[in-house]
Amino acid sequence: MSVPGFNPSPAAGLSRHPTPNGGAAPLYQNGPGQTYPLMQSQAGYGAPHPHYNSAPGHYAQMPKKAPPVNNQYGMNYYQNNNQQPMQTTARPEMAPVFRAPQVHSSRPPVSSQVVGPTSNVSMSSASPLHTGPPQPGSYPASAGYYGGSMPLVGPAGTSAQGFPPLSALATVPSAPNSAYPTVSFPSAPGSSQYGTLPSSQTSAASHNLVGTGPTPSSVSTAPRAPLQQVSLGHSVTSSWPSSAAVSAPPSYSGNFPGTIAAINSKANTVPPSSANHLDQSCQPPWNRTFGAVHPTAGSPAPGRLATVTPTPPVSASLAQHEGMQYGNVANSSASSAPAPLSSSSDDEDDDDEGADSSSTTSSASPVPNNYEALEGGSYPDTSSKLPPGPPVSQASKVAKPFGYGYPSLQPAYQQTPAPCSHPTNFQSFNPSSPGYQQDSKPYPTMNQLSADLGGLSLPALQLEALRPVNLMQDRNILPSTEVQAPLPNLSTDLKKANCSSDSFRCTLTNIPQTQALLNKAKLPLGLLLHPFRDLTQLPVITSNTIVRCRSCRTYINPFVSFLDQRRWKCNLCYRVNDVPEEFMYNPLTRSYGEPHKRPEVQNSTVEFIASSDYMLRPPQPAVYLFVLDVSHNAVEAGYLNVLCQSLLENLDKLPGDTRTRVGFITFDSTIHFYNLQEGLSQPQMLVVSDIEDVFLPTPDSLLVNLKESKELVKDLLNALPCMFTNTRETHSALGPALQAAFKLMSATGGRVSVFQTQLPSLGAGLLHSREDPNQRSSAKVVQHLGPATDFYKKLALDCSGQQIAVDLFLLSSQYSDLASLACVSKYSAGSIFYYPSFHHVHNPVQAEKFQKDLRRYFTRKIGFEAVMRIRCTKGLSIHTFHGNFFVRSTDLLSLANVNPDSGFAVQMSIEESLADTALVCFQAALLYTSSKGKRRIRVHTLCLPVVSQLNDVFAGADVQAITCLLANMAVDRAISSNLSDSRDALVNAVVDSLSAYRSATSSLQQSGVIAPYSLRLFPLYVLALLKQKALRTGTSTRLDDRVFAMCEFKCQPLQQIMRMIHPNFYRIDNLTDEGALHVNDSIVPQPPILQLSAERLTREGAFLMDCGSVLYLWVGKSCDVTFISDVLGYPNHASIPQNMTQIPELETPSSERTRSFITWLQENRSFNPVLCIVKDDTSAKTNFFQLLIEDRTEAALSYYEFLLHIQQQISK
Amino acid sequence: MAFTFAAFCYMLALLLTAALIFFAIWHIIAFDELKTDYKNPIDQCNTLNPTVEKVKKIKRVRLALKLVLPEYLIHVFFCIMFLCATEWLSLGLNMPLLAYHVWRYMSRPVMSGPGLYDPTTIMNADILAFCQKEGWCKLAFYLLSFFYYLYG
Repeated sequence: MSVPGFNPSPAAGLSRHPTPNGGAAPLYQNGPGQTYPLMQSQAGYGAPHPHYNSAPGHYAQMPKKAPPVNNQYGMNYYQNNNQQPMQTTARPEMAPVFRAPQVHSSRPPVSSQVVGPTSNVSMSSASPLHTGPPQPGSYPASAGYYGGSMPLVGPAGTSAQGFPPLSALATVPSAPNSAYPTVSFPSAPGSSQYGTLPSSQTSAASHNLVGTGPTPSSVSTAPRAPLQQVSLGHSVTSSWPSSAAVSAPPSYSGNFPGTIAAINSKANTVPPSSANHLDQSCQPPWNRTFGAVHPTAGSPAPGRLATVTPTPPVSASLAQHEGMQYGNVANSSASSAPAPLSSSSDDEDDDDEGADSSSTTSSASPVPNNYEALEGGSYPDTSSKLPPGPPVSQASKVAKPFGYGYPSLQPAYQQTPAPCSHPTNFQSFNPSSPGYQQDSKPYPTMNQLSADLGGLSLPALQLEALRPVNLMQDRNILPSTEVQAPLPNLSTDLKKANCSSDSFRCTLTNIPQTQALLNKAKLPLGLLLHPFRDLTQLPVITSNTIVRCRSCRTYINPFVSFLDQRRWKCNLCYRVNDVPEEFMYNPLTRSYGEPHKRPEVQNSTVEFIASSDYMLRPPQPAVYLFVLDVSHNAVEAGYLNVLCQSLLENLDKLPGDTRTRVGFITFDSTIHFYNLQEGLSQPQMLVVSDIEDVFLPTPDSLLVNLKESKELVKDLLNALPCMFTNTRETHSALGPALQAAFKLMSATGGRVSVFQTQLPSLGAGLLHSREDPNQRSSAKVVQHLGPATDFYKKLALDCSGQQIAVDLFLLSSQYSDLASLACVSKYSAGSIFYYPSFHHVHNPVQAEKFQKDLRRYFTRKIGFEAVMRIRCTKGLSIHTFHGNFFVRSTDLLSLANVNPDSGFAVQMSIEESLADTALVCFQAALLYTSSKGKRRIRVHTLCLPVVSQLNDVFAGADVQAITCLLANMAVDRAISSNLSDSRDALVNAVVDSLSAYRSATSSLQQSGVIAPYSLRLFPLYVLALLKQKALRTGTSTRLDDRVFAMCEFKCQPLQQIMRMIHPNFYRIDNLTDEGALHVNDSIVPQPPILQLSAERLTREGAFLMDCGSVLYLWVGKSCDVTFISDVLGYPNHASIPQNMTQIPELETPSSERTRSFITWLQENRSFNPVLCIVKDDTSAKTNFFQLLIEDRTEAALSYYEFLLHIQQQISK
Repeated sequence: MAFTFAAFCYMLALLLTAALIFFAIWHIIAFDELKTDYKNPIDQCNTLNPTVEKVKKIKRVRLALKLVLPEYLIHVFFCIMFLCATEWLSLGLNMPLLAYHVWRYMSRPVMSGPGLYDPTTIMNADILAFCQKEGWCKLAFYLLSFFYYLYG
């Protein structure tokens, strides 16, 4: 859906040459390949899935129309089948086939009768579908989040207005080395003073973007110079939903034609005028628009916008304002990466200024250049100051009323003149600066404001994190909004540059210095990665040389240090490297000699367009093969119809370019190929019955170019659901079908989607039922969690070697040995989807979920032939990986495909003491081929401080990340050892860490279970883990369900796992607009999150439980009748039907509130969860009550009992 | 001492142990290579290479697991020889290793072919470290027994 007039060809941009294309031309070149479908608009909210309504009708139609088809097909098909074993003649239509005796190619007589009905059907039901929003859910929701935040931002705007006076103070400094961080001053309106600031850099001033506007007036009057747009985009990498930009006032859009165009185009389209190296110039405007949107929406003076925009990180700062403003309310969106930065940006502004002024005043300070200190390599003395108390001057600072206590990290970063004359250093806050105090005093209100808004300075946060909580007494530990990731205790600049916690999270945000210290803390050290997440804003860089460390091959990142203009020091291995000539030129500012201002060094998440050095072969095209089970069982379940319809709708949206190829294989006891060669009048079916030795009936034309053969593909998809309606074949030869798929795909690589509905019963890889239903609820041993055969694993490894990923959709009602089948996806980096007891009529919940998932699955981004390497600072090493991939080397994962919904976990260990560094960095580099055939590298870098005290380790614990990593470890343990071992290990993890904390703070001799505030949810989460399907015992759990839950733990991103482990629970029958978010034009109420306990349930209420993939809406028996009638559309509780999965659109305020809340939840994630309405008497009720994890069940402890148990263990 | 069956056994065991030492060294080298492979990222072409590298790696592991069975068989073979020659002391010295081999083979991961090592889990740091340790211990054991057979 590229917008005409846009320049998709990268050729021009690849030559990075400083040929200026006119002053106004944006510097960026459009990068192909990156597909961020951005088409979502408000419309999506208003029309909740009209297709579902039409769907049932459609199904109902099918059988009626099917018979004529079946007869014909069935005839042919069976003829063939029966004749097969001995028949030696091929049908006339059949192309000359290799082993003719065994092959039957029969061309199904797709007559007009056949095609007619199906096409009619598709016409009637599919056409409305095409109008549906093409967008997977996450965008709109997050867009809504931001859009909604607008009005509330008003205060931020106003507080920003208070700024300009400050600027007067800030104009003073003229440090020779006032460096680029100054560019990133968040206080937008004060840009005037910042403008002057960099100008103090003698020569660099003219290059400095911000500096170019020497007077405030010029800045504000020309805010939209393309240059500025560009720089903006590169300043902040965060995950703002681009669609929110749609909600920008029209006046803006007028100003940015490029922006709006970019909205509708996939991310790579760029205004034709722009020809430059950095891709996705469409992104920058977003960012800018964003920054702009908030203040204007909030405050009536749009003129403010102009002053807001010029400094690149404005949007970041605003986001911070915003985050503060809402307190925690607004931060619940998964995509609000920078918002949770809870140190107030106002503070930061002051601090930065303080730093600047201090850098001028305290230039004689003996403390070394701060960047050196950051590295910690050469100045161990300064870095070792890190954990101990701050110097006196800082202490006085802390005592100040505004919560200014700054991290004790700071002394190490004091600003001094750099030994070299280069502006290479981060400016940091120097607490001892006298000028600083003067600066801050005149504006107490502002500071007060920010302090009130939750902008606690870091030590306060860390102290708070260490505050002991007696879990036995303090029941209300669950925050009423979603739990946020803790922030690493870093300096402001580093924090700003750091990777978003949505993409990259560490279990300990303070890394212990030694393995001994880590062992003492008894907490796991690891990373949780979501590397290919859908980002709406990502700097894409095209340059001839990708700058990397020569010894460890680390990509240059914001945390390296520039020794001088020509050399930089790697932050992972400390090798000093040369800065290549090309890197000296900064395409952002079009200036020379500022390597530290390049976008690579400004952003911790960047994407490079890789050169041919990074290819072994030409980038592969997007290739999709569908392997479909068409045995009797499959036809009975009726998934084919849903699948084919969904694929028909999304055929044009499959990511790819003109080279995209598709193919189809169906199988029961034989394997059917489909010749879709362009020029044929109809699809041709070729049957191979020799499943012992599978071969391809024709060398080509089984995988065909989608563009050329689109009509044939559509014909086939229309015909497929009816072709097998009368089949009596019950066997399933999955193994041979997979082998055939492997043979078909091995030349190119690509994605194989397997749809399987039963236990494979024929040929290689056949499986036997291993589950004993009587053992399902056994509390002792759960067997058969591992694979029964290594056939699927070996096949997956072969596939992985040929860059083929296998995605498994299991839609079975019977035991299908997922433990064995899942291997085929696990080791080929595929995804696993499981729909237990799927039936298109009898199980509408699963059918709807399947349909929604498919839509996302077909349209989501995909990367082919990928590898991911994770590097970390010397001294750390990678211990174990978790996820779906093949580990090729100690730090290299081979991913045949990578999709935006898969997460990875990594266990780390500390091999050497980190005592001589103050910071450690982790870098994940994902090299992949985009669906447009471009080789790209996405690099994430995370920087964390090192601590030497046990208390600091506890203060930095990230309880969600720890829980997710433990879940992964527990799954491994359960498979390799047994379930009870892994359950014990989980309990021990809590007991050990809490008793370690207890002994660390020996002064506390209280009884009860004492946990640091940062870990207060740890016992609760672990209890929740123990009650998960994957790990529970004593409750009847089907083996496949259990294995699937385990697979989910291994490959889902953190947010999704957390929702599974600890669902969010809301009461929704009394929603109010208090604290609501404003999304586009609707209001999303934000009810508080309740504890997962039946205690919170009342018969009078209606409650919503959000478990990630399902939303349960529990309606109490004596629930308010007005709620039932206004929201559910039924007169009373008794008349609510079972299996209700939607809320009707009613014109009542409560209905609108409820719907907007549920839609917001649904669209907040990539796979839309289905809504399941639970009445008092339905079977879903069991599921619902099992999720109330704080309660006692017959097989598991309640939360309080669990705490008692832990207390016993600790005091032992 | 006359050339008895026992002497023949010792000579044979000597030669076979030499072979086993070779296997053990090979084993150590294979795992060391696996472990330190990432230290050589200079030519990124190879390290980022999606296909060749991996196939090589799997082959290396497969080779390593192909050597496992011969090693076990050789060891079992001369244990039986010692049994026939009623050399109880030598047999006794070898029993622990024999038992270990049997246990190790019984607890191998599920796989259709013969072998011990699963390419999907071999990169796990624990398993890698264990395999390396195992290699060194075996090397030491074979060296000691080599000299024992030589002088025994």
